[in-house]
Amino acid sequence: MAKRRVVITGFGMLSPLGNDVTSSWQGIIAGRSGIGPIERFDATGYNTRIGGAIRDLNMEPYLSAKDARKLDAFIHYGLIAAHQAIEHSHLDQFDGLDPERVGVAIGSGIGGLEYIEKNVLILAESGPRKVSPFFVPASVINMISGNVAIRFGYQGPNIAITTACTTGTHNIGYAARTIMYGDADVMLAGGSEMATTRTGIAAFAAARALSTRNDEPEKASRPWDRDRDGFVLSDGAGVVVLEELEHARARGATIYAEVAGFGMSDDAHHITSPPEAGEGAQRSMKNALRDAGIEPGEVSYINAHGTSTLVGDLAEVAAVKAVFGTSVYSLAMSSTKSMTGHLLGAAGAVEAIFSVLAIKEGLLPPTINLDNPDHGCDLDLVPHEARKADVRCALSNSFGFGGTNGTLIFKRFED
Amino acid sequence: MSTVEERVKKIVCEQLGVKESEVQNSSSFVEDLGADSLDTVELVMALEEEFETEIPDEEAEKLASVQDAIDYIVAHT
Repeated sequence: MAKRRVVITGFGMLSPLGNDVTSSWQGIIAGRSGIGPIERFDATGYNTRIGGAIRDLNMEPYLSAKDARKLDAFIHYGLIAAHQAIEHSHLDQFDGLDPERVGVAIGSGIGGLEYIEKNVLILAESGPRKVSPFFVPASVINMISGNVAIRFGYQGPNIAITTACTTGTHNIGYAARTIMYGDADVMLAGGSEMATTRTGIAAFAAARALSTRNDEPEKASRPWDRDRDGFVLSDGAGVVVLEELEHARARGATIYAEVAGFGMSDDAHHITSPPEAGEGAQRSMKNALRDAGIEPGEVSYINAHGTSTLVGDLAEVAAVKAVFGTSVYSLAMSSTKSMTGHLLGAAGAVEAIFSVLAIKEGLLPPTINLDNPDHGCDLDLVPHEARKADVRCALSNSFGFGGTNGTLIFKRFED
Repeated sequence: MSTVEERVKKIVCEQLGVKESEVQNSSSFVEDLGADSLDTVELVMALEEEFETEIPDEEAEKLASVQDAIDYIVAHT
């Protein structure tokens, strides 16, 4: 059986750069940082007091105050990004849509941390009878997928993969395969996160994973720069509409790119650190290239995982060099996390959208704050400023705690 | 000082996201005001807090309307 072809026909996003795809992409192209002081809680006494937050979000068009109260913020963000994606794809205006053939795969790395914190404190202070009846449906990870299905009547496959920082990538890859295999014709896929809470920041700081450049938040996320000191934790969501090619054509949908390949692997090495040569990342990229049926030389842009950690950044460069060989010096690789910070479970989804836009708009997103590339980081990392380029194939990497890796390859849509 | 009736209705409005004009004494939480089973649990918790009382589960299950809640509060506080 030949694989059915899957294309992207819409997307939605909330990021520290803006509350939709257009404003976020404008921020990326302008090389703007979305990082600032943490305002959601009093971060006095924390080693890290900076993050990337969703600001000035008007939820009213999507969620009443009453409904919002019953859902953690990560569900607000995911649900709104899904709404935007559906509107963007005009799926909501297509009368011929068979709801049994539409599914959802939107995950989160951590889930409803803020809701969990609040109820644990209530439990400790006031006892078990005061814990909210909405605690579980407000905080478990599959409740974006569940709420999207309920709201839009999508009765097909419904799932939420959770693989730490690889969540968004895995959900999109899995959802594409669900369509390729014939289980659905349309899938909403992506990830959402709101983990910049009291415990979230404390925990990642305790693991010494976060930048402490509190006095210069806009310069804190600096992948591959020799003065980097960890990643910046951010909030947001990304959701794409994946559609079987003939289904998209039949309803006259705008096609933004084709999902060409998906690869996965695990480092089988350490809970938080990759091996020095990024062997797991290599296998993930090789699997995606094999799945796409393309040669390494055909990839012209890599949206790196590039989180701005000491070990991770170098391992990814080593892995890319190993996989791409001599063609590594003719491709461009950048980290949009230099501007958005690290959206954990949403990262792969927003970066998939940036990769698709790089193809569609013919623009390479920059890596900002890359003042002094670290030893061995001698690739074209698109420092400081966006650049025009003809991008036919873009690859997007995500690597997560547990050593889990995912790679997506997107291709300009051609008949 | 607000009456029990006013205080109950205010909480019903807040918890169920309905307007004051929609809330009658005879209004059923589920049938008239759109509450589901989880909403009613949370509503009872809010009433307990407002009136500093504890409503046992078997009593809470019987509170189906605004008047039921008012009667219970008047009788028990």
